[in-house]
Amino acid sequence: MTYNLLREFADSWGLVVMAAFFVAAAAFAFRPGSRTFYDKAARIPFENPED
Amino acid sequence: MGLGSLVQMALLGLIAILFVTLGALAQDAAFAIHMFIFAAAAAIAVIYLARSYGQPVAAASPEAYLDGVVRAGAIATVFWGVIGFLAGLVIALQLAYPGLNPDLEWFNFGRLRPLHTSAVIFAFGGNALMCTSFYVVQRTCRARLAFGNLAWFVFWGYQLFIVLAATGYLLGVTESREYAEPEWYVDLWLTIVWIAYFLVFFGTIIKRKEPHIYVANWFYLSFIVTIAMLHIVNNISIPVSFLGSKSYSAFAGVQDALIQWWYGHNAVGFFLTAGFLGMMYYFVPKRAGRPVYSYRLSIVHFWALIFLYIWAGPHHLHYTALPDWAQTLGMAFSVMLWMPSWGGMINGLMTLSGAWDKLRTDPVLRMMVISVAFYGMSTFEGPVMSIKSVNALSHYTDWTIGHVHSGALGWVGMISMAAMYHLFPRLWGRKEVYSLQLVSWHVWLATLGIVVYASSMWVSGIMQGLMWREYDDQGFLVYSFAESVAAMHPYYVIRAFGGLLFLVGALIMVYNLYRTVRGDTRAEAPVGVPAAA
Repeated sequence: MTYNLLREFADSWGLVVMAAFFVAAAAFAFRPGSRTFYDKAARIPFENPED
Repeated sequence: MGLGSLVQMALLGLIAILFVTLGALAQDAAFAIHMFIFAAAAAIAVIYLARSYGQPVAAASPEAYLDGVVRAGAIATVFWGVIGFLAGLVIALQLAYPGLNPDLEWFNFGRLRPLHTSAVIFAFGGNALMCTSFYVVQRTCRARLAFGNLAWFVFWGYQLFIVLAATGYLLGVTESREYAEPEWYVDLWLTIVWIAYFLVFFGTIIKRKEPHIYVANWFYLSFIVTIAMLHIVNNISIPVSFLGSKSYSAFAGVQDALIQWWYGHNAVGFFLTAGFLGMMYYFVPKRAGRPVYSYRLSIVHFWALIFLYIWAGPHHLHYTALPDWAQTLGMAFSVMLWMPSWGGMINGLMTLSGAWDKLRTDPVLRMMVISVAFYGMSTFEGPVMSIKSVNALSHYTDWTIGHVHSGALGWVGMISMAAMYHLFPRLWGRKEVYSLQLVSWHVWLATLGIVVYASSMWVSGIMQGLMWREYDDQGFLVYSFAESVAAMHPYYVIRAFGGLLFLVGALIMVYNLYRTVRGDTRAEAPVGVPAAA
């Protein structure tokens, strides 16, 4: 395992996998039907008015 | 109680004896002192257990939240905050008036500076993160903290770490790694405490009754996990002796420098940003009485921050032996960080849409909004400074110091103190803080202090950078280094004044919170309502 091997992996497959994961994670937040789900999630801090 | 308690006392007693032995065998005085501090901590724990032995324990309902540790953490936050701000004021005055460096090596600038940085980042900021994370995770998961009293071990273990780090700096024990100065044995102790912290936090998420994990917990969890990774890798070192305080890093040369700044910048990204964003995503909606502006934006904010921040460290090593491509990579990722930073800031500020009028009547919310605004400003300034041509002027100058403080005082300090104003009345069962008028005073004193601080450091830093690069027509430097130092004196005095304003604001907070805990309410006119004519 040399420096060059690691570097070439990092700026090719490593970069692609990470970018794809990020795009997928961001796109997942906008899946159909997510609005009602997240609107409910955003109200979690208000379940107990005493806090 | 009973047997378990006896076993614990026996083990702690053995640990105390072990550390006394290590202290007696120590190679240097600082190591001996630190071993005796460990031994004293174990002995105090034995005494505490012995005194409470056989006492009836009020059976806590397994459903009730564990808030004692949050209360302790809130007090520790305020306590260490004042210590840290005071240390900052002292070293600011030492820079302005070098005669204030005493002929005692323990209290000169070189040793007090890491004491200041660690006190504000790890003691004040760390306690604020721990106590708010314990508070938020219980409420948003509707579950008591996991693993019984392990959270109390985390609290006291962390205070012990702070004491060891602080005394070490004064004694001259240092690894010379920025924001990671404590030596190997203190690093090992922090690792143990941090793993316990992770177990408590993650265990609580695992046993949650709320199906969804609220976004604040994502930020807190990423902070805990990433700091564990950064701390362990950055501190891989070989002690000269297992009975001495000196160690050497396992890395050398430019690799060592990059590991250090990979740690250093992500301490900013994950300790001072991700963790406090967790605070923002709970306390700003709570205080504004409105859910976060866009929950989906908060998810994109989270993932973008995670994927970009980790690569930004090399911008601390522009124009050094670090390969050019790595410098450019650090710069490019820093500039890309604009997007998540401003996405997060907009999300925080827009949470107030429809509730902006509360800014007039609620100074605690005002403090939160000022904090988020400073988050936006300092994360705008940071990427600008990471651009190589700007960095050529700004690096090694006071501009950097000003930038750090607009983030640390403005963003981290203000959101933490606002969270304390929100927490104290709730933790002690009071309706509201003792005086909202005093909160308003604190808000403006602190804001003015930060503005004075940051603007004086801009002027000082840019002047310093320009003086260093001024050549005459023969190619000689126009100014000697000492001349640039002398020119900075007025700005150092102004900076110290800004720090004083911030400290006075914090002292007002201490008084206000003390009266809140006592249950007092000040008879006063409500904030933002004009007095009747």
